Amino acid sequence: MIRIAVLFSMLVLVTGCSSSATWGWYVINPMTPQGWVNVRFLINGMGNTILISVIAAVISICLGLVVALPALAERRWLRIINRIYVEFVRSIPLLPMLFWVFYGLPIIFKSMGLNIPIEPFWGAIITLAISDSAFTAEIFRGGIQSIARGQTEAAQTVGLNYFQTMRYVIMPQAIRRILPPLANQFIYIVKMSAFASVIGMQELTRRANELVVTEYRPLEIYSLLIVEYLVLVLIISAGVRWLERRMGSDERGR
Amino acid sequence: MSQYAIEMIDVDKWFADFQALKRINLTVAPGERVVVCGPSGSGKSTVVRCINQLEQHQSGTIRVNGVDVGSEAGATAAVRAEVGMVFQQFNLFPHLSVMQNLTLGPMKARGLSRADAEERARKYLDRVRIPEQADKRPGQLSGGQQQRVAIARSLCMEPKVLLFDEPTSALDPEMISEVLDVMVELAEEGMTMVVVTHEMGFARKVADKMVFMDDGEIVEHGPPQQFFEAPKSRRCQKFLSQILQH
Ligand SMILES: Nc1ncnc2c1ncn2[C@@H]1O[C@H](COP(=O)(O)OP(=O)(O)O)[C@@H](O)[C@H]1O
Ligand SMILES: [Mg+2]
Repeated sequence: MIRIAVLFSMLVLVTGCSSSATWGWYVINPMTPQGWVNVRFLINGMGNTILISVIAAVISICLGLVVALPALAERRWLRIINRIYVEFVRSIPLLPMLFWVFYGLPIIFKSMGLNIPIEPFWGAIITLAISDSAFTAEIFRGGIQSIARGQTEAAQTVGLNYFQTMRYVIMPQAIRRILPPLANQFIYIVKMSAFASVIGMQELTRRANELVVTEYRPLEIYSLLIVEYLVLVLIISAGVRWLERRMGSDERGR
Repeated sequence: MSQYAIEMIDVDKWFADFQALKRINLTVAPGERVVVCGPSGSGKSTVVRCINQLEQHQSGTIRVNGVDVGSEAGATAAVRAEVGMVFQQFNLFPHLSVMQNLTLGPMKARGLSRADAEERARKYLDRVRIPEQADKRPGQLSGGQQQRVAIARSLCMEPKVLLFDEPTSALDPEMISEVLDVMVELAEEGMTMVVVTHEMGFARKVADKMVFMDDGEIVEHGPPQQFFEAPKSRRCQKFLSQILQH
């Protein structure tokens, strides 16, 4: 099954490149023993790419919600805290933040007398989650603010407190507007997880890099790498569209 | 214990540096029906919203059943427990069924069991004459039906006072009377009501006291007979002649 999929995507890429001097598909030809070993080596990075992305997304969503709530408060200083976090985090490029977390944070821990090593796995997750949380926070804020103020007031007049109002009135309505962009944001995380390769995380991109070093066939291997991300992203996109349809039909049906 | 259901003493309210309410003094006795009218932007909504603290006033005192609404933490919750509110835009919860709209407050804020809350909801849906719509979503109802659900939702909290902020202004003309009829019934049953409305027919029928506001002030107030027959101020005369023309 995987062999056929890989072969097919290779065919797509080969179309139009007739010169055999340029392409050397043997390196990842699943029909040859060595090629199949190589392909399996590459695709095995998929597990970590997905795992990192999913855990980072879950943390980012929780963090985003916590960061978004003060933006909806009456008090000015709470809203300012939200603005500072969002603007600050949003302006840090991912790679420098990754280096800071992976190489810098352990030093801070050590100076505090803590011996917490940061493994590539958690270093990547922390960085992706924090970087993404600024965007999730904005998605939450927009979604919640789009629910009319009248809904909050009506909830208050039937005696609900802040958390009950959020839980039973605002969130169920906001979630319809929040989920599709949130799922879209997951695509961003999947793509950005490629940066984890530079701190030694064994995911899709790292695997491709390592194979390029031994096989010296960057064109073919990176082409397959791109196809791997493409397949991942297309699957998620299909999920997003399905979600959007479901949410949309719910809204119409009421 | 105060003898008044609502007592507003020298209440001032600013939005930034715009003064929306100027020295408002208003009392509502238990069982009394007060109708507030006045031109758009005169502060009618603000008065009503200050009573249940959807807006906070800056000076003066507001008491509901003797409790000073701004006094301490918890006072607002205590006051809201006794004051129901019906909005111009209904503000029903669109993601919940009519039944869930009615039971949410009693179950979550009052700790009623689902069975008790639903029994209570059915009683008040009956009262507003839409017992058959319990399982529909608000969006599937007409405007008049939605506003009656909103009234039932307030009644489910069994409030001592009901506030109405232009409850029929967002309705198509043919639906206004079905809502007013329900309100007249409530008045006849002795509910304490503060109603912001331009429905002068309704006002004549149920009001014990008329209040006319303009420019953040209570310009004139009194029993409806005197208010409609012999308004004292020019502004009130002008307003009434305009509104009674159609
Ligand atoms: N949230 C607000 N912020 C600023 N100004 C407001 C706000 N709410 C009301 N106002 C102003 O206060 C005045 C009174 O408003 P309102 O009580 O809604 O009048 P009415 O209900 O009589 O039409 C208006 O001039 C309005 O523009
Ligand atoms: Mg108004």
